[in-house]
Parts: sequence; C-alpha cells; structure tokens
Amino acid sequence: MNPTLLSPEGLSGVIFLVVVAVTILGAVIATSSRRLVRSVSGLAVCFMGVAGLYFFLNSMFVAMMQLLIYVGAVCIVIAFGIMLAEPDERKQLSERGGLNGILSLVIGGICAWGLAAAGTNAHWMTPATKINSGSMKDIGMSLLTTYSMVFELVSIVLLVAIIGALAIARTGRDKS
Amino acid sequence: MLTLSTQLNTYLIIGAVLFGFGIMGLVRRPTLIGMLIAAELVLSGASINFMAFNHFLAPDPTIGQIMTLFIMAIAAAEASIAMSIVICVYRNYKAIEVEELVELKG
Repeated sequence: MNPTLLSPEGLSGVIFLVVVAVTILGAVIATSSRRLVRSVSGLAVCFMGVAGLYFFLNSMFVAMMQLLIYVGAVCIVIAFGIMLAEPDERKQLSERGGLNGILSLVIGGICAWGLAAAGTNAHWMTPATKINSGSMKDIGMSLLTTYSMVFELVSIVLLVAIIGALAIARTGRDKS
Repeated sequence: MLTLSTQLNTYLIIGAVLFGFGIMGLVRRPTLIGMLIAAELVLSGASINFMAFNHFLAPDPTIGQIMTLFIMAIAAAEASIAMSIVICVYRNYKAIEVEELVELKG
C-alpha cells in the first residue's frame, strides 16, 4: 500500500507533511525567537498547523474552533498584552547565554522523547465497533445530553474568568 | 511516507514534540508572556493526543472532540486571567521579567 505521488491519497499525504512542517516550524519560532511579537506570530502559525491536523483527524468542527478560539482570540489577547507591557527579552536572553538554551533544549528533548517512546511502544487496543461517526451532529447530541453538566460548568468557568480578569486588571488603574 | 496521516504514532509523536517545545519554552523564556506562549504549546500538544486517540481508538468518537473543546475553553480562560495578572504586575513593578519579581523571595 504505497500510493503514487499524483494520486489523491499521495497528494493528501503531501499536504499532511506540509501541515506537520508548519506546526513544527511554528513551535520552533514560538519558543526560540528573540522578540515576543515574532514568537506570538509563530504561535499563530503553529495553531493553524494544529487545525490542519484536526482536519486530517476527521473533525472539521474542532479545526474551525481551533482557528476561531486560538488564532482569533488567544493570540490576539497575547499580542495586546505584549503591546501594553512592552517587554524586552533580548538583553536577558543574551545575558543568560548558551547554558540556559542548551539546558532547556535537553529538558524539552527528554520530555518529548519519553512521551513519544511511551506512546509508540504501548500496545493499543482498537475498538470492535464505533457507536457513532463523530460528526458535528453527534458532538451536539452528546454535548447537550451526556456532557450537559460539564458544558454548563465550563460556561460558569468562562464567566468567572471574565469577571476575575476585569477585577484584577482594574485595581490600581487611577493610582499611577 | 505518504501514508503517515493514517497512523496513530505520527500524531502521538507530533503531540510529544509540541509538549517538548512547550517545556523548553517554559524553562528558557525570561518573561511571563513568553512562558504563557509556551504553556499554550503544552496545551495544544495534549489536545492533539486527545484527538488522535479519539479518531483511532475510541468506541465513541465524540468524546475526544468534546474534551478538546473543553481544553480550548479552559485555555482561553487561562490566557485572559494570565494576561490580566501580567498587566497588573507590570503596573506595580514596571517589568514582567520573572527575575525582577523577587519580593516574596526569602
């Protein structure tokens, strides 16, 4: 089972490789660039690649949500934070020098290698049957029946987060 | 090489790599915002694992997608709270580098 390059399966394989490359490249930019603005742009690129991965995992809805919430909301919030706090990492990154970079690379590499080895060496049981197809309709059905309690709790968490963010950022505003 | 998208291991390795990048960023970044960016990478690595197991192994293929949606909601809440804390810290210390925030150090 080895599709040729120009067959539909081969082309989708090429697109998958491009998506994976975009994801990894975005993660590299997000963690190792010296300016925080570039690092947020790398994060957005990485999230677009992750949305592509979700698309390959047969979940259009979660891919769209990934684009809306992560790229559209979280990255913009972080960009606003950078504009308001004007951090300058360049001096510190060069002051702390090479040892810190090597150490962080080693720690991250150990984590990634251990997780990947654990995941690939384990024996996974494939299910005999699937009880539904995982379509958008099925997601909606189980969100509002099986998981309705968790759904409501998440909305309360979001409400508390909004109010808490306002309360924290508001205090001390007119003192300075 | 071209059939990689149909294997579970590919997604597990990508998730692990994103997690590793996130941990690396958490260790390496000197400011709070940089660490927040790295934490988002860790969360998205976890989401990829959920989605991969959901697609390949779960008998009910909605459960992983719902879990990923909840992770997204929690990540959005976390980002907004962390941002307001960063703004508050910046107002008080005029800096968001973690090495400057040592008032509680014994």
